[in-house]
Amino acid sequence: MSSDFEDKIWDKNEIISRDERQQLQLNRLRESLKQAKKVPFYKERLKSIEPEDIKDLADLRKLPITTKADLRSQYPLNMLAVDRSEVSRIHGSSGTTGKPTFVAYTENDVKIWSNLCARFLTAGGLRSHHLAHIAFGLGLFTGGFGLHFGINTVGAGIIPVSAGNTKRQVMLLNDLAAEALICTPSYALNIAEVARELGMDSAKLPLKYGFFGGEMWTDDMCRKIEDELGIFASNNYGLSEVIGPGVSGDCKYRSGMHIQEDHFIVECLDPDTLEPVAEGEKGELVFTSLTKEAMPIIRYRTRDISSLDYSPCQCGRTTTRMTRVLGRSDDMLIIRGVNVFPSQIEEALLKVEGTSAHYLIIVDRPDNLDKVTLRVEMLPEIFSDKMNDMQKFRDKIRQEVQTITQIGVNVEIVSPQTLERSVGKAVRVIDNRK
Amino acid sequence: MKIKQVSIFLENKPGHLNHASKVIADAGINLVTLSLSDTEQFGILRIIVKDWQQAEKILLDAGFVVKVTDVIAAEVDDTPGGLHKILNVIENSEINIEYMYAYTVKRDNKAVLMFRFDDADQALTILEKGGISIISPDILFAD
Repeated sequence: MSSDFEDKIWDKNEIISRDERQQLQLNRLRESLKQAKKVPFYKERLKSIEPEDIKDLADLRKLPITTKADLRSQYPLNMLAVDRSEVSRIHGSSGTTGKPTFVAYTENDVKIWSNLCARFLTAGGLRSHHLAHIAFGLGLFTGGFGLHFGINTVGAGIIPVSAGNTKRQVMLLNDLAAEALICTPSYALNIAEVARELGMDSAKLPLKYGFFGGEMWTDDMCRKIEDELGIFASNNYGLSEVIGPGVSGDCKYRSGMHIQEDHFIVECLDPDTLEPVAEGEKGELVFTSLTKEAMPIIRYRTRDISSLDYSPCQCGRTTTRMTRVLGRSDDMLIIRGVNVFPSQIEEALLKVEGTSAHYLIIVDRPDNLDKVTLRVEMLPEIFSDKMNDMQKFRDKIRQEVQTITQIGVNVEIVSPQTLERSVGKAVRVIDNRK
Repeated sequence: MKIKQVSIFLENKPGHLNHASKVIADAGINLVTLSLSDTEQFGILRIIVKDWQQAEKILLDAGFVVKVTDVIAAEVDDTPGGLHKILNVIENSEINIEYMYAYTVKRDNKAVLMFRFDDADQALTILEKGGISIISPDILFAD
């Protein structure tokens, strides 16, 4: 599908000069530090640094890193920098302990977030006369409501379908003739496939634009989606801890996602040394929020691996661009949009008598939907000649994993000592999706 | 008399059943009867052999997960209603059949059924009281 739509810039801050933007960032960074210090956690962390100590942007590196574990330790809402009464919205991301990590927004935060989503929606082709079909789950997940309000800000019409029931999604896409589709890239392929199963030519659906995010995908997958749905597909990036979707997004040239630097400072660091890597080199993205009121965040380690390009884009935007996420600097898996850590599987297995610490997670994407097989070594003493007992054992594993990770897995019980033992770091995951 | 049954865990992978049967064959052990129960993810092979201690040992040595349990071999007339007669006795008692399978060789117009009960001793008493003929290992493994 062509990208021959007319380009449009949503916000003048996308095209201001780098110098101008850096001055804005510096001023806002000092304000953001002031705001962060209203949080007891940051007050302690930042006690040796005052906003005035930040003389230029390089001083950012004097500030401590914030990790996911830090945020978890402040469960549920101890990272709030405003009074509870000021909170306009709460979202959450799946955590490693079965409890989400909550993020909060003031009314102004929601306004800024909506504007950020409007920027990439506009850059990717959405216009006010379009209808947009949201197939992201509308709930605590930031994807659904983030895009919802972004579409609203653009002035386009919203069809809030939410996730699931793919046949119905296809029917609505066909009958309501939405121009834009919002979902994960793998779900877009799933929709195309179901449309074909229903005897339709998926490329002939009225869709013209797709805005995809929430999981790692490749250029090949992007082309496939475009072919199968006959659309222009753009990538958008974000994470709830930073704000949600809208941290960055593609323009029509798709030569890297534009990072909204008037609201965030991005760093690309070596995950081991936390030293900056050179432009174009792969590193872990670290974000600092500049304007968030409810939950300011300082140097948040995303664990997402990408690389940066500081040069201006042919679209006219002057913002730094990031490549699509190339990997993770930890072992987190994203399964159907849910963050899953192998340590959670371990935690679940510990609750089931008769399992050992030896397991293997195998992730596949048959029919464009993530499928997880968990291979678990059993202890000999749990073996029973009664099928019923064995099935109960298997079901107990499945239930515990579901409780902790919120994902359904297919459990395969194997004999003791059969999973490969590695000398160094144990291989816990085989991800066949890449 | 109770019979010792050797159960073997089978992973759902090609050749696993074959491997178990080879280990048994290589040791020169004759299978009197067997039953195989499986799901998509795994299976359970249950065998009746004369020298169950040897079978258990060689299978454990070969890396299999093995469990030995008591089963009861009951004899019924190989005529219509033969099974029904045993089930009637069981139904009127407090015991439950976990599973059962048939012994594959007929003896003198009689059929032999292998029963797995949770409490084999209690089941034995009830079956004997109900007039069911129980086969001892001596007879089962004769010749």
